[in-house]
Amino acid sequence: MNTTIHPFDIEKLADMRAPVDFNQRNRLMPVEKNFKAQIAHITPLTDREKLFHIRILDAAERQRFTFLPGQFVMLEVPGFGEIPVSIAGDPSIRGYIELCIRKAGTVTGVLHSAQPGARVGIRGPFGTHFPMDQMVGSDVLLIAGGLGLAPLRAPIFHVTQNRPDYRNVHILYGTADPGQLLFDFEYKQWERIYGCDLRIIVERPDDGWTGQVGLITKLFDAIDVDPDDTYAIVCGPPVMFKFICNRLSDMGVPMHRIYVSLERRMHCGMGKCCRCNIGSTYTCIGGPVFDYWTVMNLKESI
Amino acid sequence: MLFKTVSKDEFEKLVGIMLESNEVVAPTRVESDVHGDPIHEYLPVESFDEIDLNYETTAHSAKTYFLPYRENLSTYTFEAGDWGQEIGYRAMPRILLGLHACDINGLLKLDKVLARDVFPSPYYVSRRQNTFVVGIDHEPCDGGFCHAVGADTVTHGFDLFLTDLGETYLVEIKSSRGYSMLGQVKTQDVSDADTQAFKAVRHRITEQFTTDLDIQDLPNLLDMEFESEVWTKWGEKCLSCGSCAMSCPTCYCYGVEERASMDWKTGSKSKRLYACTIVDFAEVSGGRNFRPDRKTRLKYRFYHQHRGFVESYDEPKCVGCNRCGRACLVGIHPAEVIGDLQREERL
Ligand SMILES: Cc1cc2nc3c(=O)[nH]c(=O)nc-3n(C[C@H](O)[C@H](O)[C@H](O)COP(=O)(O)OP(=O)(O)OC[C@H]3O[C@@H](n4cnc5c(N)ncnc54)[C@H](O)[C@@H]3O)c2cc1C
Ligand code: SF4
Ligand code: SF4
Ligand code: FES
Repeated sequence: MNTTIHPFDIEKLADMRAPVDFNQRNRLMPVEKNFKAQIAHITPLTDREKLFHIRILDAAERQRFTFLPGQFVMLEVPGFGEIPVSIAGDPSIRGYIELCIRKAGTVTGVLHSAQPGARVGIRGPFGTHFPMDQMVGSDVLLIAGGLGLAPLRAPIFHVTQNRPDYRNVHILYGTADPGQLLFDFEYKQWERIYGCDLRIIVERPDDGWTGQVGLITKLFDAIDVDPDDTYAIVCGPPVMFKFICNRLSDMGVPMHRIYVSLERRMHCGMGKCCRCNIGSTYTCIGGPVFDYWTVMNLKESI
Repeated sequence: MLFKTVSKDEFEKLVGIMLESNEVVAPTRVESDVHGDPIHEYLPVESFDEIDLNYETTAHSAKTYFLPYRENLSTYTFEAGDWGQEIGYRAMPRILLGLHACDINGLLKLDKVLARDVFPSPYYVSRRQNTFVVGIDHEPCDGGFCHAVGADTVTHGFDLFLTDLGETYLVEIKSSRGYSMLGQVKTQDVSDADTQAFKAVRHRITEQFTTDLDIQDLPNLLDMEFESEVWTKWGEKCLSCGSCAMSCPTCYCYGVEERASMDWKTGSKSKRLYACTIVDFAEVSGGRNFRPDRKTRLKYRFYHQHRGFVESYDEPKCVGCNRCGRACLVGIHPAEVIGDLQREERL
């Protein structure tokens, strides 16, 4: 009789052979398979940030790739590394992914020296999203500090495209100096076409700056917030969003209607490497989008 | 549930049969420590004589056979500005012989994260399914507190489980492949005397647990004592070496690295087990580190073991094997740290 343990060939399973779809989170699948994509176009934004227009090459994979505002992808440059990046593009377009990336180290460095046509790998989308559905019919405050405008851009796309669904929309944006303002070519559209109340402030003005000067919280002085019917999305560095969330909370906006996006080290995006763990929550699964009440209750979250 | 008894001679024969056509990994004596006590590890063996089923514990857990220290995730070939990705998830069958209950419980906990939660890991599932697990009962190990965390007995997660009744083993059969394998040698049905003997063995083992740790209140305590001085006391000793997590049967965290060959013809993405006590575990680019000091990292490790995991899966992640305590060069023993926290609260 044969006493060899019969091999279990995982690659034969139908689940493993079906097309990879990271929106099917509970399914067994070849999780390291990335979607091959091409950098179609690169738009320089500031001296540190560029906008990468990325297109998944396979038509079927492109069709399957859908994401919700606030989600992120793992972007891989084979041979160099893989990094988490928020999707900064339009959620209604399939398989075209816009990523606004700051030059910060190895992988982002290679990307910044890449030319259009370069091929990268995309896995995702991963993570939670901003609950745009729940916000329907309410006032919406979209608040970003610095690079925080990158994760905020997908919700801005969503709100502007579905403008009648939302009441007053305020976009508040602050940076250190005017040279760091991202997506300046879109401001007029947000204001004039979509009727959003856009307010921008910088900490250190340059000679040409005619706008407001100061910290982003100053922008609150001029707007009317209806605490009973307002949702807020706040993206930016932890010190900044802590200040703003506390300010909003003081104004009476309930913490569960304020949303933030947290940053952590990430090596998988799938709740496996543990690098993004905060207490009992993986930022890549339970986040990066959290409501502020949850954030306040997570140990060492900010 | 199916039970049989098998004589020790027949069992030796069974191991011989297993060895004929399978890779067998079993507890093996590799060294002696400074006191002359044996040090064991789970290693591939070629004969029954290399196996020591009376081992107390191993320095490292058997997780390396499910989560290798370094594992290739995908391979790349580069050509003319393009690349191809190749991934293999297949694993070879293997028999893991002589695991204690705590370690099988450890596997069950890994199953929860890696096989049953979102994004199941095909690498893990493949290895787990291809591993034939034979467990064995044993006397409590030095400093172990599996009893306190409910990991001293195990009800599933293995193919066969042995209890030493002196002349024979009582074998619990948990799978069809376990049944077939055991069928290769002569077995007997379980007699009343065997059942009595089994109960006596279980009773004797349970009696021997000396650690009087009670972890009932631990999840809440960890939350309340988040700023406790206890963390400073133990944290200041920690060397951030990561040996605790490396030896732990349930620590699974990792880091990913990519490499390319010198001529840029091939590249690879691989993972390496990591430890949350290592300094850059939670560091992001720009130099920001979410857990910059030893104290917060050590606390985090305990927090994940005894609170974070409980929130997700209703049980602690720790199985009380005390491998981390033995591996730690500066004597950070989990039972002592937990005891300290509990005393702190009573003050
Ligand atoms: C959910 C999420 C969304 C993000 N969105 C954006 C974005 O839209 N635009 C942008 O410019 N940056 C974003 N980041 C930060 C970005 O991931 C890091 O800048 C990037 O990982 C740095 O990689 P590097 O190889 O260039 O840097 P290095 O310092 O060389 O990093 C080496 C490795 O460390 C890890 N690592 C370092 N920093 C981070 C970090 N901040 N977060 C996670 N892992 C890190 C990565 O594995 C990286 O490969 C986001 C991070 C997260 C967690
Ligand atoms: S934390 Fe320590 S005692 Fe608990 S399972 Fe891991 S190594 Fe064993
Ligand atoms: S083994 Fe001890 S010294 Fe090393 S990281 Fe763990 S607790 Fe710290
Ligand atoms: S990124 Fe790996 S667990 Fe979240």
